[in-house]
Amino acid sequence: MARYIIKRVILAVLTVFIISAITFFLMHAIPGGPFNKEKALSQATIDALNQRYNLDKPLVEQFFIYIRELLKGDFGVSLKNGREIGQIIGESFPISARLGFTAVAFALVLGTILGSLAALTRNKLPDRIIIFFSTLFTAVPSFVLATLLLLVFCIQLQWLPVWSTQTPNYVLPVIALAAYPMAYTTRLAKTSMLDALDQDYIRTARAKGVAHWKIIFKHALRNSLIPVITYAGPEIAYIITGSMVVETVFTIGGIGSQFVSAITNRDYTMIMATTIFLAALMVVANLICDLLYKAVDPRIKYD
Amino acid sequence: MVNYDENGTPKKNKLSLQIDLSKFEPATDEEKKQQDVMSKSSTFFKDGMKKLRKNPLAMASMIVLVLIIVLIIVAPLVIPYGYSEILSVNGKRDKGAKNLAPFTYSKMEQKYIDEGNYRFPHVFGTDEQCRDYFVRVIYGTRVSLVVGFFASLIVLIIGMIYGSISGYLGGTVDLIMMRIVDIIYSLPDMLMVILLSVVFKEVLVFPDGSILAKLGTNMVSLFIVFGLLYWVGMARLIRGQILSIKENDYVLAARTVGAKAGRIIRSHILPNCLSVIIISTALQIPSAIFTESYLSFIGLGVQAPMPSLGSLANAARQGLQTYPYKLVFPALAICLIVLSLNLLGDGMRDAFDPKLRR
Repeated sequence: MARYIIKRVILAVLTVFIISAITFFLMHAIPGGPFNKEKALSQATIDALNQRYNLDKPLVEQFFIYIRELLKGDFGVSLKNGREIGQIIGESFPISARLGFTAVAFALVLGTILGSLAALTRNKLPDRIIIFFSTLFTAVPSFVLATLLLLVFCIQLQWLPVWSTQTPNYVLPVIALAAYPMAYTTRLAKTSMLDALDQDYIRTARAKGVAHWKIIFKHALRNSLIPVITYAGPEIAYIITGSMVVETVFTIGGIGSQFVSAITNRDYTMIMATTIFLAALMVVANLICDLLYKAVDPRIKYD
Repeated sequence: MVNYDENGTPKKNKLSLQIDLSKFEPATDEEKKQQDVMSKSSTFFKDGMKKLRKNPLAMASMIVLVLIIVLIIVAPLVIPYGYSEILSVNGKRDKGAKNLAPFTYSKMEQKYIDEGNYRFPHVFGTDEQCRDYFVRVIYGTRVSLVVGFFASLIVLIIGMIYGSISGYLGGTVDLIMMRIVDIIYSLPDMLMVILLSVVFKEVLVFPDGSILAKLGTNMVSLFIVFGLLYWVGMARLIRGQILSIKENDYVLAARTVGAKAGRIIRSHILPNCLSVIIISTALQIPSAIFTESYLSFIGLGVQAPMPSLGSLANAARQGLQTYPYKLVFPALAICLIVLSLNLLGDGMRDAFDPKLRR
């Protein structure tokens, strides 16, 4: 177990390093330096600036300087407004984290409940309704849902206020973000619940005369959760990318909308830092899910 | 010692289980006929199609898709407006044709119609740059479908070649090739797609007039991104299939006769994993459309004035309050296409390969 964890942690660190390298070298493949402004600077000024920001050194050396600074928590400076990127991330990440965690929890819990319900009422009305909506929602991209929700509930019906720092209302963004993963989790939970209900130990429990609810909660549900946990990793990745558009649509100043506006403004240092930050987040989330998966299911061998 | 009877067959021992032929009589012609196979043997494809035809959801999706495809082919031929054409009446620019509601005309057009001329209606109205919105949605659907289809095709081709080589050769080659796949697989795909799109948008420059320039750097970078990242899933799938198929005796037989690796892969192994390949390609198309519309939405998709469903939905966010229908049309189109492709793909999976069922 300990060996397995160490191995996975090393692999995760390696993945983050590879991602950082890809990001760094790709961003530096874009022609034009940061000081190419309309107003021509004198050669001496450019040289001084280059030296100040280590731009005169070879690219590989620049990369290692960048990584060193990253490890110290220094993400560099935004090209557009000159602010510390670490500070921008520090301000915007808590908002996104709150939104994202709520969405993940919402999707997983509700998806499992609905999926299990569909499995228990197989081919009856509740099952039909649940499967209809989960099929429907796997076909709606998050940005479409977000914009439609904004249109209907904020603008047309005016039931909920449009997001602002004074009236932070997370209801619609969470729905927009969680709809797709929830629909997917529902379908997944249904099949795994059906599988679990088909097992011999369920029949044994029934034969023993164990109460119906006890069979479902103690025997079937716990076993059906295993595939759902495996999906949690990809789900977090989906929510992180989805939050970019959802935050943009609802004008929430989270890290996702910062990323999108950095793309529109061609703020390369910001794009680089945010990509590495979000990628590291996804890798860590995946690592935790994998470890959790192994911990929950003792049948899996560590290799 | 063996005793023979009068027919020359060995004489039966009392306790023997040997069949006594004298108790049998030859079958009559009529009885022989009963053994004939009356119906033609069903091929794998026919069998699957039969099952697919019984699936009402899959068939309905297929009809919807066919209708959409017919519409996007026929509509541009019928409608006299271009997707980037700014409306004009009698050669004069129609400045009043901005943000018209569906099926309405601008003052200039109304005057033109009152003079007894015919003007094609603006089915979805017009956009803020005086362009017919219906044509733009039609072209957006075209772009999204074409991108989805070709991106999946690229994924299929690269994944198939890589996966079959890796699976067939096995050993060290397989190990190294699969390590590369593992590395690409562990990268967060969407972030890498965004990053690559940002970079390619700036780096790629095509000579004027070439096909690539016509497609636009964004579209080309989209295909490159798909070719670079999304093939790994397909490669893994095909490698797994090949690993199990190549153990079959007919492959051994082919090898004994001296067939080369390429021939064995092409004519013995690939046809056997065809169903898996077709199904996963079919399910790849909607996810490619999702990715394209996502990228277009954050401004990294196809280049203006070329519309795509994602960029139309993004543009509709301005003035959402006043012109909500501008969002509804492209949004509905995306959902309808993705939904029918998903349902059709699921139906195909159930019909052609029950093993893949989740």
